[in-house]
Amino acid sequence: MSIFEYNGSALVAMVGKNCFAIASDRRFGVQLQTIATDFQRIFKIHDKVFLGLSGLATDAQTLYQRLVFRHKLFQLREERDMKPETFASLVSAILYEKRFGPYFCQPVIAGLGDDNKPFICTMDSIGAKELAKDFVVAGTASESLYGACESMYKPDMEPDELFETISQALQASVDRDCLSGWGGHVYVVTPTEVRESTLKGRMD
Amino acid sequence: MKLDTAGLENHVFLGANGEFDRGLPTAPSFELPSVTDFDGFQKDAVQMVKPAKGTTTLAFIFKEGVMVAADSRASMGGYISSQSVRKIIEINPYMLGTMAGGAADCQFWLRNLGMKCRLHELANKRRISIAGASKLLANILYSYRGMGLSVGTMVAGWDETGPGLYYVDSEGGRLKGTRFSVGSGSPYAYGVLDNGYRYDMSVEEAAELARRSIYHATFRDGASGGVVSVYHVGPNGWKKLSGDDVSELHYKYYPVVLSTVEQEMAEVSGTA
Repeated sequence: MSIFEYNGSALVAMVGKNCFAIASDRRFGVQLQTIATDFQRIFKIHDKVFLGLSGLATDAQTLYQRLVFRHKLFQLREERDMKPETFASLVSAILYEKRFGPYFCQPVIAGLGDDNKPFICTMDSIGAKELAKDFVVAGTASESLYGACESMYKPDMEPDELFETISQALQASVDRDCLSGWGGHVYVVTPTEVRESTLKGRMD
Repeated sequence: MKLDTAGLENHVFLGANGEFDRGLPTAPSFELPSVTDFDGFQKDAVQMVKPAKGTTTLAFIFKEGVMVAADSRASMGGYISSQSVRKIIEINPYMLGTMAGGAADCQFWLRNLGMKCRLHELANKRRISIAGASKLLANILYSYRGMGLSVGTMVAGWDETGPGLYYVDSEGGRLKGTRFSVGSGSPYAYGVLDNGYRYDMSVEEAAELARRSIYHATFRDGASGGVVSVYHVGPNGWKKLSGDDVSELHYKYYPVVLSTVEQEMAEVSGTA
């Protein structure tokens, strides 16, 4: 079994009209054994940039700490928050530093840029960026997530509909995956607010 | 999961080789593939057709008979191929078999066992004992030992001597006992089962213990889940007691408790 599948994860981000949503499952497992069901894989970098890290949990946490550190240095020097595009480049650079001994993570970055244009992207474990206009997925449930998102996604959704769509897509996908699920986290980000929700889901 | 009975036709149902003349039929024989590396071939072949690896099943004897329970998930690697598998197989009205390991192997050989039990019934004018039935199965599985069958089953039922429970596997093992759990979720199920087991339970208590044991296994084990089925076998044969969706069981056992803030908000808005 791949080291990317050791802990299990499901991660998805979607673009709406002047908003975006990012969602993950809550399971932390060791292979088939469920250890905890309140795990966090989505991190807030600042009010308009969110980072999701699928894959190996220990690397996700380490990577998150390094990225927060670098973002804080940026804030001190520039006295502003990073744009999502810039943050994606930072993640990519940090991942490529470990080209021959990578972090076993597939990141998903979602944010609102200048004039609140939504931005989402994902990359592989060594930093190859993959930008998307509609949705991105990652984790052990990624194949089911592609199917769910492909059929449920519509362009220019309002925040409420986006929340419903991403939640349904996540729930439907993790129900076909042994290694992810046990509830979900959803963040819907608009120019004015961040709506954070915890989903109830199948606990098996 | 389609049951392929092609291998049976000539040998058993039609009795073309005169099996019925000699009383009980022997195990059906299968043609072997013509390959040089037989072990490698069958290992690859088995990997292709083995969905039900992750499972939780349990059975135990108590005062009122035997309680049998199982989950309903079939998985292939990390993918959940079905959430509605019947892992408790009804061999006859007095005997149940459970399914862990290869789905096809279990289904086929338990169906085959059902046939042999019926033939025994017709030949001897009395139902086969659980000991006899389980031995029939164990002997067949032993004859295929090393050929890649994957079966971990419990044969449970009621016969002239009372309740019976045997564990039989494809390695040739056959154990008599009062309490078994089989499958990847079995350690979790044993934890709950051993802790709550008493011989003098009522049927309701025993069913609840079985249900809870499977539920806890589905929670911890990624490869178990779906629906928890519970069967009871008493002097008058088996009866299905329940089939509960795990997600409903979870929120029944552990209702979501609102945080203090949420509670207050609910009170203010008048929903609580």
